[in-house]
This record gives sequence, structure tokens and C-alpha cells, in this order.
Amino acid sequence: MKCIVTGGNVKALGKAIHSLARVGDEIYVEPLQEGLSMRTVSASRSAYASFLFAPLFFQNYQPTESGYDPDSEAFRCKVHMKSFLAVFRSLPSLEKTVEKCLLSLNPHASRFRVQLHCKYGVVKTHDLPFQECESLQADFDTSQCAHALRAPPRLLADAVVHFPLALAEVTLVASPAGKVSLRSYLEGDTEVTRTMVTELGLNEDEFQTFHIKQEAQITFCLKEFRGLLSFAESSNLSLNIYFDTPGRPAIFTLDDAVLQVHLVLATLEEPESCSSQMTSCTPKPLAPAYDFTGDDIDDYMIAMETTCGGPAGTEPLPSPTFPMGPTSSEAQEPDSDHEGTVPGTPPQKRVRIKGLPQTNYRHEVKNVALPICCFVVLLGTCKMI
Amino acid sequence: AGIFQEFMVQEESVMFRINLSVLLDCLTIFGTSSSPGTQTALRMCYRGYGYPLTLFLEEGGVVTVCKINTQEPEEILDFDFCSTNVVNKIILLSEGLREAFSELDMTSEVLQITMSPNKPYFRLSTFGNAGSAYLDYPKDSDLIEAFHCNQTQTNRYKIALLKPSIKALALSCKVSIRTDNRGFLSLQYMIRNEDGQICFVEYYCCPDEDITEQEI
Repeated sequence: MKCIVTGGNVKALGKAIHSLARVGDEIYVEPLQEGLSMRTVSASRSAYASFLFAPLFFQNYQPTESGYDPDSEAFRCKVHMKSFLAVFRSLPSLEKTVEKCLLSLNPHASRFRVQLHCKYGVVKTHDLPFQECESLQADFDTSQCAHALRAPPRLLADAVVHFPLALAEVTLVASPAGKVSLRSYLEGDTEVTRTMVTELGLNEDEFQTFHIKQEAQITFCLKEFRGLLSFAESSNLSLNIYFDTPGRPAIFTLDDAVLQVHLVLATLEEPESCSSQMTSCTPKPLAPAYDFTGDDIDDYMIAMETTCGGPAGTEPLPSPTFPMGPTSSEAQEPDSDHEGTVPGTPPQKRVRIKGLPQTNYRHEVKNVALPICCFVVLLGTCKMI
Repeated sequence: AGIFQEFMVQEESVMFRINLSVLLDCLTIFGTSSSPGTQTALRMCYRGYGYPLTLFLEEGGVVTVCKINTQEPEEILDFDFCSTNVVNKIILLSEGLREAFSELDMTSEVLQITMSPNKPYFRLSTFGNAGSAYLDYPKDSDLIEAFHCNQTQTNRYKIALLKPSIKALALSCKVSIRTDNRGFLSLQYMIRNEDGQICFVEYYCCPDEDITEQEI
């Protein structure tokens, strides 16, 4: 793989890396025919971000080495976020001094090289360590989301700026009457009288698209969202938000001729209303676990392993033949899960992205050899920080 | 001596030792932040062997007198860096090095400096946790004012030892980088002060270890 980025696109690339850095610790680089893909997933698998830079984004784009069989799969790798971020650390200097950026991946030489050609002919070369890996792909579908919003980045950035930096999550409430509001999310045990709650109302006519079928409310992490917003603002791209009932993933997208960005965030489930919503909102029946055996026995084994090694070791093992209706999966998680935690630590929050068949049994899907497209944003329980 | 308004030394040379942090404390006795318009004047006196160094500092009509006890001088560590032994010398605008030094990968233990009459001419390399990074300056870059390299030299210097010189680099306008035949490094920073007078700050650093051609 070899590609050259010039001019203002260098800054866009740098911004993209910064926004990916808000999500995960590793960056998955995959040169595809349709463009260079950079993806990441958070350690708890509650957030996934993907940037796809079309060939037109580059001055020169060669996904595979010349002389290579074009049908063969391109070499994929993952790079530590820190290494990558170090190259693009200073955005102002990137904008001021860098004229050209060259990315090259040579699997034979085990070299992932980022070269910055700066002012005065100075050349900065970074050789980053990398690991060969499988493709990372979250399973989501914007068309399945009941609600959609589209807004200029400025609107949302101006709204989000009012929330304190320490605030972890924000609740978005949208009603078909044309009102959208953003509100600080408070954890169950916080004393309302002692905390500042920020709420901000937006009107339907400020949005470019407004499809809200019924009163909807989702709670998601602010950190990753801020990262995406800052990218959207710098490239002035309108942000699409697709969401459904609480507990289902919210999908944020940016679209441009040369760029496609997706951010999938887990949303908090509403504890009091979850059973009723779960039965009503899951359009597809959840596939039983033995679906894995249809793929590959190894995958099945991995699913088993990772289930055993999940974060909540005390949790009973879901048996592959366990009848996994939506309600029974809920019933299966005893509240005693976290009793073993150190006293004084806050109770772990559960976040989940639902409605993803095949995935309901994996706790921490390790970055092992998963088949293509079977990565999924989580399963049973997962911690959110 | 040009930076002093008055300079009087009666003996051939005077040498004594004082505690540096005490001297710094005295010099900043009116506070470190220099508010515009107010300037601190300094008069420094030393009467001779055994006497304290006396500092008179004046700011806005307030005079502070500091006396610092002097100590027996020690032998100065002499790097014996002689200009006749200089193998390679590059003078470049500090601007070019400032960014490089501020972005140095501090997880790397050493900074490797390559100076060569051929490509890559002048290269700074680090080898850290986040991979290795190379910074190449072409010899005809506008940043480089003088380029006198006679032979290819690659030496490593401990980053921790070079780090203190970043302060001087930040104030300087030009820097001269020299290495001698033993690989010793001399960094000479040219600093222009507010009155347009020029001072030099010099740093010397010995190479970390000899590296053989194969390791390069």
C-alpha cells in the first residue's frame, strides 16, 4: 500500500487520527479498492469508529503493490494509536509546515512508514511497529434505525460545548413535535441536589433532516462524540444521527465525496423500561449461539473462550443451546454479577448494543482471528468507563 | 563583555564557585514575570578571595542587596573540544531545530545524529516505543546556513543530557552543531538579547557509545 496526501487533506487526516484516538487504543489500517479504511474500537467494545478515505482523497493511491494480484486481499494491519498519534500530534504545526504526507505499508519489509515532507525540504520519517490482523467491522445498519437527524456540525458543537468536560454521558431526547434536547446524564446514585445539570433545547428547523416517529431518548458517551464533532467541524460536514430505542446502538455518520465516517456508540439502557422495550423493539429474533458452528468451529471455540474470560467471571456461562429469547437473556444476568467488586467502587454500568445476532454471547471479543465481518460491538455485559 | 554597561576586572582572571540555585533565587527576587516597562537593574561586585559575591538589584527605586558566599572553585571539567579537531559543522536557524526537539520521542533513550557530506546529510533519529523516527534536513535547505561536513559520522547522545539545552534553543536564533573526531558534540546557541547584543551558550555532550558500522 502506498498513498500520498497533500495540502489541506494532511490536516484532515491528522484530525481523523485525533478523533479516532478518542475511541480506541489501536488503529486498524486496511487498504481497500474503494479507499483507505482506518477503524478503531474501544477497549470495552462499546464504541466503534471508521474513516474511509476514497482514492480521490489522495494525490496517489495504490492499495496493493504493483505487480500484485488485484484480486488478492490487501494486507491489513493494526498500529498502536499512540504511535500514530505521535506523528500527527501537533495539528497547528501539521497545517503550517507539512506539505505532503506519504503512507506506505510494506509487509515484506515489515514496515509501516509515515513520511511527512515539510517546509524547507525537511523530511520526517516515522517507522511504526504494526501487527497483522483481521478486518474489523461492526455490524450495524442505519436503515433499521427508527429515527434520523441531520444537523450542521456547528449546531451540535455549540450545544455540546456547554457540557462540563468531566461529564461522561449525555441524553438526547427527541420528540415528533419538533423538539430536541440534550441533557447531562446523571448516574443513578448521584445526588441531584449537588450536581449541575445542563439541558439544552434545539428546534426542528435547526436540523437539516428531522425524522422522529415517536418520542425517543438515548444516552451515549460524550467523549467519542466530541471527537467526531471536532472533525466534522473542521471539515464542515453535516452530521447524521441514526438511533432507535435505548440500548440499541446510535450511529453517527459524515458523508463527503472523498470521505465516509461512521461512529457507532452503545447507548445506555433504561433500566425501568427495558423489558417492555426489548420485546417491542427487537425486530429480528436473536440467533442462538450455535450459529457459530455454521461458520467455523474455531470461531465457536473463540466465542466460548472469550465468554469464559469475560470481565465478569462470576457470570454463569451461557450455554450454546440455551434458549436465547430477548427476555431470557436479560433474566440470565443475575444482579449478583458485581458483588465481588471492591467495596467503594461504583457499580459497573451496563451498556449494550442489541439486536446484533451472532454476538450475544461474546463478552470481550479479543482481537483474535475472527472471521471477516464477525466483529461486533458486544454482547452481554460490558463495562463503560 | 559587551553585554555589560560597565565591566571592570582588575585581576587577570577571577574564579570562584557559588550555588546556582541561590544565584537564581537572588536574580528573580523581584519575581520571575517581567512586567513590561519595568526593568530590573543589576550590579554585581566581588572584592576578592574569601569575600562574598554582592548583588545589588534595583527595580522601581527599590534596591535589594544579596550577598552570596563564595566557595573554593573546583577543577572545570574540560571536554578538550578543540576547533581544529572538528570534523563536521552545520549552522542552522534555530527554528528548524526547535520543532524537531519539541517533537522528539522522549521514550527513546538516545538521539542519534548523523552528519554526512552525502545523503542523508543531516539526520536526527530516535528509537522509542512508538517506533523509530528520522528527521532529515537537506543540505540546501533554507534553514541551513552553513554546511561543512567532511566525513560521515553517526553518534548517539543521551536525550536526557540534551534536554536541558532546549531552554537555550528556545531563546536562540541560530545554532551551530559541531562534532569532533571523537564524536563529542558541541551545540552552540546564538542568542540575541533585547538590546541586540549577541551572547553564546554552549553545550557539550559526549557520545553515548561507539556504534559500529553494522549497527547503523
